[in-house]
This record gives sequence, structure tokens and C-alpha cells, in this order.
Amino acid sequence: MTEDQRLTEDQRQKAERVARGLKRRYRAEKRFRLYGLMAVSFGILSVVVLFTDIISKGSGAFRQTYIQLELHYDPEVIGVTDFGDPGAVALGDYNGVIRAALQQRFPELSTRNDRRELNRLISSGEGFDLRDRLVAHPELLGRSEVRWLVADDDIDTYFKSLRKRGDTFIGRVSGTLQTAIAHLQEHGDIELQLNINFFTKGDSREPEQAGIWGAVAGSFFTLLITLALSFPLGVGAAVYLEEFAPKNRWTDLIEVNINNLAAVPSIIFGLLGLAIFINFFEVPRSIPVIGGLVLTLMTLPTIIISSRAAIKAVPPSIREAAIGIGASPMQVVLHHVLPLAMPGMLTGAIIGMAQALGETAPLLMIGMVAFIVDIPSGPTSPATVLPVQIFLWADSPERAFVEKTSAAIMVLLAFLIFMNTAAVWLRKRLERRW
Amino acid sequence: MHTANLLIVLGAMIVAAYYLARSRSLVQARPLGGIRHLHSLPFFYGLRASIWCGVPSLALLALWLMFDDVIVSNVVLGGLPEHLQPTSISEENLTLGTIRNLASGALSGAAADPALVAASERLVELRSIGSRIAAAAVLSLALLGGLLAWLKMSPQLRARQQVEAVFKGILLLCSLVAIFTTLGILLSVLFESLRFFQAVPITEFLFGTHWSPQTAIRVDQVGSSGSFGAVPLFLGTLLISFIAMVVAVPVGLMSAIYLAEYASRRVRAFAKPTLEILAGVPTVVYGFFAALTVAPFIRDTGAGMGITVSSESALAAGLVMGVMIIPFVSSLADDVINAVPQSLRDGSLGLGATQSETIKRVIFPAALPGIVGGVLLAVSRAIGETMIVVMAAGLAARMTVNPLDTVTTITVQIVTLLVGDQEFDSPKTLAAFALGLMLFVVTLILNFIALHVVKKYREQYD
Repeated sequence: MTEDQRLTEDQRQKAERVARGLKRRYRAEKRFRLYGLMAVSFGILSVVVLFTDIISKGSGAFRQTYIQLELHYDPEVIGVTDFGDPGAVALGDYNGVIRAALQQRFPELSTRNDRRELNRLISSGEGFDLRDRLVAHPELLGRSEVRWLVADDDIDTYFKSLRKRGDTFIGRVSGTLQTAIAHLQEHGDIELQLNINFFTKGDSREPEQAGIWGAVAGSFFTLLITLALSFPLGVGAAVYLEEFAPKNRWTDLIEVNINNLAAVPSIIFGLLGLAIFINFFEVPRSIPVIGGLVLTLMTLPTIIISSRAAIKAVPPSIREAAIGIGASPMQVVLHHVLPLAMPGMLTGAIIGMAQALGETAPLLMIGMVAFIVDIPSGPTSPATVLPVQIFLWADSPERAFVEKTSAAIMVLLAFLIFMNTAAVWLRKRLERRW
Repeated sequence: MHTANLLIVLGAMIVAAYYLARSRSLVQARPLGGIRHLHSLPFFYGLRASIWCGVPSLALLALWLMFDDVIVSNVVLGGLPEHLQPTSISEENLTLGTIRNLASGALSGAAADPALVAASERLVELRSIGSRIAAAAVLSLALLGGLLAWLKMSPQLRARQQVEAVFKGILLLCSLVAIFTTLGILLSVLFESLRFFQAVPITEFLFGTHWSPQTAIRVDQVGSSGSFGAVPLFLGTLLISFIAMVVAVPVGLMSAIYLAEYASRRVRAFAKPTLEILAGVPTVVYGFFAALTVAPFIRDTGAGMGITVSSESALAAGLVMGVMIIPFVSSLADDVINAVPQSLRDGSLGLGATQSETIKRVIFPAALPGIVGGVLLAVSRAIGETMIVVMAAGLAARMTVNPLDTVTTITVQIVTLLVGDQEFDSPKTLAAFALGLMLFVVTLILNFIALHVVKKYREQYD
């Protein structure tokens, strides 16, 4: 009886210990699970913060402050009578028309200082637009017209902050200008409109005249070169390694090399471009061709790796069947394996292109960081690309460029999301499961 | 002849060669009783003729385009009178530039040395003669190749094998591009680095603690010492990478574990692609975010607590870089965790271990080599990351490990030294290549070890 009691006593203690341990262990389990949840939430939170930050900073840039003025195209003010003569056209004083219109709108501001302040209302780039308009419509000379003109960036920032209650950002806008703007606002002559400049113009020192079209065109030409070079090269290399390469040390070397190249920092490719393409082969700087060459070398490993995966996914039975009816190895590849692997390869190519579109560092090395106003017309005209444009604008001191930079980032992200969605769609739609 | 026109003519010749050879093979097959008596399909005979016609001539054209400028310039420079002969490389470039500008009319000949004007005329003349000779050589080579292919044709000719051999050769060349790229990187950074180490001793570069790359242009210039001790850069790079790893490794690892072992299918379907978005965001966007949002936030928070934080603190750059690397770590860890056999999990759970105990004591040790490999790859990523640090970290090279202070990194210095115009004989420019060499070697070693470890690990459970 005593033995029995001791046993149960022992068991009871053990059971108690286990129960106490269990509680602790379940607490540890819960804690661990919580850590995991926190980690995932942190990641998702970062995505949300990043995107809300960019969108809240940049959404304003798609609208721009415009001021309505009645312009009188006075030939005496402009000093040009014949718009067929490019030399004379270039010498015309088009800002004079705007100055006169402003003077007429605010006759009470007549001191020299007030006038100088007043002239800061309208962007200094608007004169060029008037010139272009007069060249296109010479019959306007001597007539009057009511026109919306782009406001200066200081005015734009001030006017936008007026509409947000709470923090009015005055910056360099003087009291005179503030009353003038209030006056314009009363008459409905100042308002936010779609920012056409942002989508149609190249870079500019004036934030209100700066646009991303030049950078978009540059990115387009650069990616065109990259795609044209890296896709055939990458597919060729993948086909060779998967289908023809003998299993020996050389093939191993190529494979290890490709995997390593995929992890080399992108800035190193910029050094390569600078030393080999620019210094040795004397390719001109800043053109999409050299950007494309460097990005080709950079994206090649990505494309090779994904193309190899696509080729591997084609079942061996297809090859055996083709060989069985007398196809040569090359015919097996070209007629059967490649068409079946094409969707996977295209997906890889799109992802590689998305990577190339977002790349900045190597392009800084090869001079694509230049200030270029003109819209590039082809792969050999100086250009910059979207991410570099973002970098340049982020460095600019004007407050209005913060908004422009965020908007440019939104455009870049939109392109990237589009490309990645296309890749996913392509994979889902075309890839065959065996 | 203009290169574009030449290419069009050449293309027409290649197409013509294809059709001529193809129809000739049909003609040859007719007396034998149809194309089944040919060794290869007519298509291959045509392609073979195109290759003979196109490949040698295109190769010659490429060679000419690569070297015409060098040859012509050397002939022109050699013809200059004694007193105009350049003595250094920069002088040579200057003289050549002048001659080229004279030739293109960008510079008026009135103000220039008559010898240079004569040289510019010679340049124009040589260029036109050169391009005419090249066009003639290329076209005759194409003709010759096509003719040879045409003459050697017979029904027994193994045309398919020949065409396929050429094709295979082209594929091999494609795969060699990767090797050439590595060689190109190595040679370009190595040569410039060697030139740098001639000016600055390698020991000073590796162990010196003072970095101030502004070299004096004049002898008496003050404040431009030009000292190249890279230790502060290494320290700064390590500091920022360390901060990034402190963020990325726990978060990436834990989210991979949570998504692989705990999360329901619906949570995973939402959370995984969302995390992957972080991997797709361009680095310049992270840089902007770090410089304009995170850095001011950290500075203001610090000021609120009475701590002075630099507005270009290492902490801001490191944090954002860590966020960037999270998906990288988590997707690698995910692969590795999924590779651990289910039997190990089942065994541990069957013994009564809780899920977290299974993860901590069974899965994690089993997956450790793969995780270490992934973390090494992530470190090499952090070291080589450029845009975030260029935009958010500073330029001041300081010997500090205080994350609230401003530091600079290898990549920042490469960008600062190389953006804009450079002259290639100053140690300041060459220093960038020496830094590039360091970066390349370190990341290469890290990648090599990491890939090797991951590969060995995969083999273990395959």
C-alpha cells in the first residue's frame, strides 16, 4: 500500500511538472508565433508606408497652377514682324507680352519693385511657348487672346499649400504677390489644371517646366537596345548550356561564372562600361546605346537563369519523340523545345527588363546623368533615363522638385507594376503544366 | 560607302545567296529523282550559302568599324611635322580633337596652324579612301564566300551538319559572353587599380585611416592633400551593412518561417506577393525615401529625445537598406525551409514537440547551412548597394561606429569620384577603380562561398 501511494505521489509530481512545463511551452509557442506575425506585419507596413509616402508627396504634381491673362500680341513689344525668319524669331521679346499683360491686370502695382515681384507670377519658360504658338499661328500677331499660363514654381507651391488647411508654405512669395494671388483667386483667374508640361517636356531647371517625357523616351530606347541584345544572347546561352554543352569543367566554369555574375553589384558593371566601352572602344557617353550595352551585361545572367529553368521544364519525352521520328538535335531544339519554353523565357525577359528599367547606379558611371533638355530622338542621341531623372531631381534644391520627384517615381512604379503584371499574366496564361 | 548602305547591300547578297543555293540544290536533285536524294533539305543548302556569304564579310566589317578610327588617326598623327608631334597621351587627344573639329567644320581653319589644317584635309581624304577600300573588301569577300559555297555544292554535301555546326558555335559564343564579361570586369578594374597603386602604395590604401581624395592641381594648393587611406570607407560600409542586416535577417527569417509554417493559405497568398513588392522597387526610390522621409524622421525623433543625430545618419540608410533586403532574405529562407524533408517535421511533432520547438530545434539546425548562404548573399548585396547610400549617406569619411553619425561607403565614393568629367591619369579617378576592385573581390568571395554552401545544402536533401 505504501508503495502504491509513493508511486501515485511521484506520478502526481511529474504530471504537475509537465503541466507547468506545458504552460511555459505554450506561452513560448504563442510568443514565437507573434514574432513571426510581427515580422510579416513589419514587411507589409513598410510597403504601405513607402507607397503612401510617395503618393502623398507626388500626387500634387499631376496638377499645376495656371494663371489666366489677356495677352496682347503687340508686334512692337515682341519686335518681330516676320515669323518665317528663324533668326528674327529667336530675338523676339515674348516675355514682354506677358509682362505687359500682368501690368494691365494689376495697374495699381506700378512701382519698380512691385513690377519685378509681379513678373515672378508667371514661369519664365512661358515665353518660349508663346514663341512656338506665334510661329504656328502668325495671324495672331497684333491681336489679343485670353490664355492660361503656367505659374512659377514658388507660386505653385504656395497656391497648393493654400488649399490644404493648416500649413501654408509661403517660401519666397512676398506680401505683394500674396495679395495679387488672392485677387486672382477671387476672379477665378488662378486654378489647378492638369500638368501637361510634366508629361510632354524634357528636363528643366524650372520645376514648373520640367517633364519626364525626355526620360521616358530615353528609358524606352535604352530598354529597346537591352532587349534586342540580351534576349537573343541569353536564350542562346541557355540553349547551349541545357541542350548541347558537354558535362565537363569548362561548362561548370561557365555555370559558376553566370551565377556569380548575377550577384555582382550593379555599380561594377558601370565601371566596366566606363573602362571598356567608353575609354577603350570610344563609344560616346550619355547615349542609350551605351546604357543598353551595360544593362545587357547586367541583365544577361537573370535572363539566362530563367531561360534555363524554362527549357528544363520541357519534359524529356518531347525531345525523345522528336528524335525518334528523325529530327536532328538542332531541329529538336528549334522546332519543339524552344516554342514550348518560349512563354517562360518571355516571362524571364520581362522581369529582366523591369530590373533594367529600375537600375540607376551603373548608368551614373557612363554619363547618363547629364542635364538633357531635348527629347531624345533615337538610340544615339544623348538621353537620360527615368531612375536617373529621379536621382537628379531628388538632388535639386527647389521645393517644387520634391513633388515632381515623387510623381516621377509614381510613373516609374506604374511602368514596373505593369511589366510585372504582364509577366505574371503571361506565365499563368501561356505556361503549360506537364 | 556609308555603313548603313553597305549593310543593306550585304543583306541583299545574303538573301540572294540563300535563294540561289536553294534553287540550285533543287536543280541538282531533279536528275536524281527528287529532293529525297539530297543529303539535306534544300533549306540547309540555302542557309549554308548565306553563312559562307555573310559570316566572313560581316566579321571583316566589324573589325574595320572597330579599328578604322585608330588606324586613320595614327596615319594622320604620323604625318604631322616635328614640332606638332604629341608627347603625351593627353596632348595626343588634344591634337586629334583639334584635327577632327577642323575636319567637321566645327573649328574654323583660318585661326589654326596650317599644318593642322592640312592634317584635317588628310583625315577627310583618308576616311573616304578607307571606307571605300573597306566596302570593296567586304563586298568582294561576300561574293567570294557565296561563290565558293555555290561551287562546292553537290547532292552528297552534308549541308545540314555544316549549318548546325555553325549554329552551335554561335550558341557557344552566346554562353561565353558571361565569361568575357567577368574577364572584362576583372581586366578593367585591375589595370586601372595597378596604375593607382603605382601612385599610392597598396598598404596606405588598405590600412590608411585618412581619406581625402582631392588631389592638388597646383603644387602650392592648400587643403588638397590627396590621401587615400580607405579604412574609414570600409568601416562605413560595414556599419551600414550591419544595420541593414540587423533589420533584414530577423524580419526576413521570421516572416519566411511564419509564412511557411503558420500562415493560412489566404494570408500567404496575400502576404507573400506584398513582401515581394519590396524586392521590385528600384533602389533610387528607396534612396529618395531614406533621404526625404526616414532621415528627417530619425533626426527629429533624436532631437525630441535630446540626442543630436546627423541628417545623413548611417541609421537611416541602413534601415531602409534593411527593408530592401527583407524579401531577398525571406525568399531564400523560404526555399531552404521548404527543402527540409517533411519526415523530420513529422518525427519531431510525433514526439510531442510544439511547432515552435520543432522549428527551433529541428528545422532551423537542418536549414542552417542554407540560411547562412542566403545571409552571405544578402551581405554582399548590402555592401554593393549604391543608390540608397549615395542619396541618404554622407560624403564625410569618418572613423566611427556610431550609427547616428554620418559615414561614407565604398560605393558612394566610387560614384562621387567618377560622376562628371574625369581625367584618367589622376590618382583621384583611379582610386575609384581600386575601390571597385575591392568591392568586386569581396562580393565575389562572399557569393562564391554562399553559392557553394547553398548548393551543398541542396544536395544533402535531394
